[in-house]
Amino acid sequence: MGVGIEVNSLNAWYGANHTLQDITLHIPANEATALIGPSGCGKSTFVRCLNRMHETNPIAKVTGEVKVGGQDIYAETSAVEVRRRIGMVFQRPNPFPTMSIYDNVASGLRLNGFRNRRVLDDVVHKSLESAALWDEVKDDLKKKSGASLSGGQQQRLCIARALAVDPEVLLMDEPASALDPVSTAKIEDLIFQLKSQYTIVIVTHNMQQAARVAERTGFFLNGKLVEFDSTHKIFTNPGDKRTEDYITGRFG
Amino acid sequence: MENRLKKSAANRHWRWFANHLASVLAVGATVVVIAPLVAIFIDLVYKGASSLDLNFFTKIPAPVGETGGGMANSIVGSAVLLGLASLLGIPVGIAAGIYLAEYGRGAKLSNVVRFTADVLNGVPSIVMGIAIYALLVAPMKGFSAFAGGVVLGIMMVPTVARTTEEMLLMVPHAVREAALGLGVPAWRSTLSITLRTALPGVITGCMLAFARVAGETAPLLFTAFGNQFWSMRLDQPISALPLQIYVYALSPYDEWHRLAWAGSLVLIALIVISVALVRYVTTRGTLKGAG
Amino acid sequence: MADSTFRWLMLACALSVFVIVALIATELVKSSQLTLAKFGIKFFFGSAWDPVSENFGALPFVYGTLVSSLVALVIAVPLAVGVAVFLTEMCPKSLRGVLSFLTELLAAIPSVVYGLWAIFVLVPLLRTYVDPLLIKLLGWTGLFVAPDFGIGMFAAGVILAIMILPIISSLTREVMTAVPHAQREAVLALGATRWEMIRMGVLRNARIGIVGSIILGLGRALGETMAVAMVIGSSPTISKSLLAPASTMASVIANEFAEAADDTYRSALIEIGLALFLVTIVVNVCARLLVWAVTRGAPARVT
Repeated sequence: MGVGIEVNSLNAWYGANHTLQDITLHIPANEATALIGPSGCGKSTFVRCLNRMHETNPIAKVTGEVKVGGQDIYAETSAVEVRRRIGMVFQRPNPFPTMSIYDNVASGLRLNGFRNRRVLDDVVHKSLESAALWDEVKDDLKKKSGASLSGGQQQRLCIARALAVDPEVLLMDEPASALDPVSTAKIEDLIFQLKSQYTIVIVTHNMQQAARVAERTGFFLNGKLVEFDSTHKIFTNPGDKRTEDYITGRFG
Repeated sequence: MENRLKKSAANRHWRWFANHLASVLAVGATVVVIAPLVAIFIDLVYKGASSLDLNFFTKIPAPVGETGGGMANSIVGSAVLLGLASLLGIPVGIAAGIYLAEYGRGAKLSNVVRFTADVLNGVPSIVMGIAIYALLVAPMKGFSAFAGGVVLGIMMVPTVARTTEEMLLMVPHAVREAALGLGVPAWRSTLSITLRTALPGVITGCMLAFARVAGETAPLLFTAFGNQFWSMRLDQPISALPLQIYVYALSPYDEWHRLAWAGSLVLIALIVISVALVRYVTTRGTLKGAG
Repeated sequence: MADSTFRWLMLACALSVFVIVALIATELVKSSQLTLAKFGIKFFFGSAWDPVSENFGALPFVYGTLVSSLVALVIAVPLAVGVAVFLTEMCPKSLRGVLSFLTELLAAIPSVVYGLWAIFVLVPLLRTYVDPLLIKLLGWTGLFVAPDFGIGMFAAGVILAIMILPIISSLTREVMTAVPHAQREAVLALGATRWEMIRMGVLRNARIGIVGSIILGLGRALGETMAVAMVIGSSPTISKSLLAPASTMASVIANEFAEAADDTYRSALIEIGLALFLVTIVVNVCARLLVWAVTRGAPARVT
């Protein structure tokens, strides 16, 4: 089952640039939460703070509290376990080109010391099924490289790879923006199915997508969280004028 | 999914250990690599500087057992050889670079030329030396400064060509178009405008090639051969700094060993200055006018 | 001057690289005719090198070249990759410039200066501290046995290692830097330590290029002359012990050419040069192709 995420007074900087200002919200478990906003509003930075990827940049700084399943992820010095528990799918699919499909999915498991053939086979199978990719690649698992698939397939491969290490949360940073409409639809269907097992946070610049897949939506603007409510309310009766302006296309 | 990954303490500790070990080894490797460099420079200065007196720069080698000799003829000899080499290698190299950048861009021939130039760079210099021996020394029945200059010049061509091409490619199209727009013939524009724009970079490329051949010994063994006396004649054997260092290093006399260290210090100083200048120009991007 | 004349002039100079290669090849073949005809291919399999009786077998030199290069690679490759990993992935940005300049400087030191330093500093060091240790610990392999004079195959391998290190290291750094950042992020996002990220996300992706840089280093080691000639002991023998004196193809030419009085002797030495020429060309072509495949364009400054 997925877990909830509690964010309290999160602030983030890139060098002198104060990219996130005092973000506080609660992301419910086993739901999909969408984050929308114009380019540069900080939604990607926010999501990268949730799995401590933000700090891989040497000039990055974070203060505040992020509790995943009740545990503050910034309390530990090592981000390794945090990133195992919180999976991430990137905007551009980035499978490992030198590895087969099988090895791509199994890579995270092998990192964690799993060598048993049967366990790996089992997890690879289940992950690819969860990512709705199994049927398309089951005959070529070890023969084809991860990079030889189509764009949409590559992204589902990356999802399978992330799921293989058994995360509780899945972060998706504009996962379909580099894909064609058919692949995008497949990814959205996937999110519906994954919700029951994981907590999903999806950054998107596509408002229709947010409306389709997410129960809750947050609107970011200039590093601040302007509004966070049920998707239905955000899109039909937003509380803040700025939200309304963005939804109706008056800017961004 | 049922099997939630159990946190295996042993696995985590091993991974943490491997991570730290990798860092230690990488730092260690860097230290081990930098150490000989530091050691060589310290030795050069320590052992070589004390022998650098006026005699060193003005006198020719003294007979065995006598002090007060120097490596003046080797320094002059090297200058002559490098002058000859530059006369041959730089124009040909620059011209080749011009062809690659201005006329042959993207053509199959250019790719082959470029590839061949790189491969030529990898041919051992001693092999070049024997080839020129067979070509120039054997028929002329004698070692000569001319042969030495030729072999060093040939060695400069690939490096000069490749760096010239690289620098010319960095000159923006707008510059070329402006020249053509003024009604300047293409060949003129290439030389007076494009090449001039890229000149600082091209010069440093030549210096790179120069510094490299300045230290070459092997090809001179069978061409210039070396000379214990003053000589600047092109048809006679001539001394060169690296050659003389080689002879002195292998000799049994302490006095000559000292001179070898001194000569090496002078040689290294020359090369370090060139390399530092190259770095300065290319990393600061002071290609005047190029963008 | 017409435009076309200028263009032909430039083209001629560009084609000069072919002329140079052809020139070298023809001169070498022409001048080694005597021994080519007399010994044929057996020249490279004969182990007796006896100028007096005009019996020339170049096997000791082939052996010396291969073994000294192998020793150099065994020492240099781990160190070079280690330096590359440190400079690319671990080093603070402020140090990077200085350290990479220093490693570049290593590449600029002439072979004869390395040889000088090796004779007077490295060899005594090896003879006093390192070799006795190797004899004690690894003597059972037969690779390190007394008597030991310091000079010999091992010393040549060590100085060669120092000399080829910068090439391998700088090329490895180049191919590592060419790996897209997205690959590093992908590994980190799975929950990997920094070393695991380097191993799986960078080294793995760059491995073809790294192999290419190693082969390039090998090419350089095969042809290195002066430093090797100064510390290898110049003995045309084949020994199992790495502490015994030996000779390489390049070093024998350097050491014996001046004394080669008769034509057959010279022809033999030139034939060795011809072989060296061909081998280094093949090795360099393979290496350049590999590096080019990864970085999409051969770097100009690596000599």
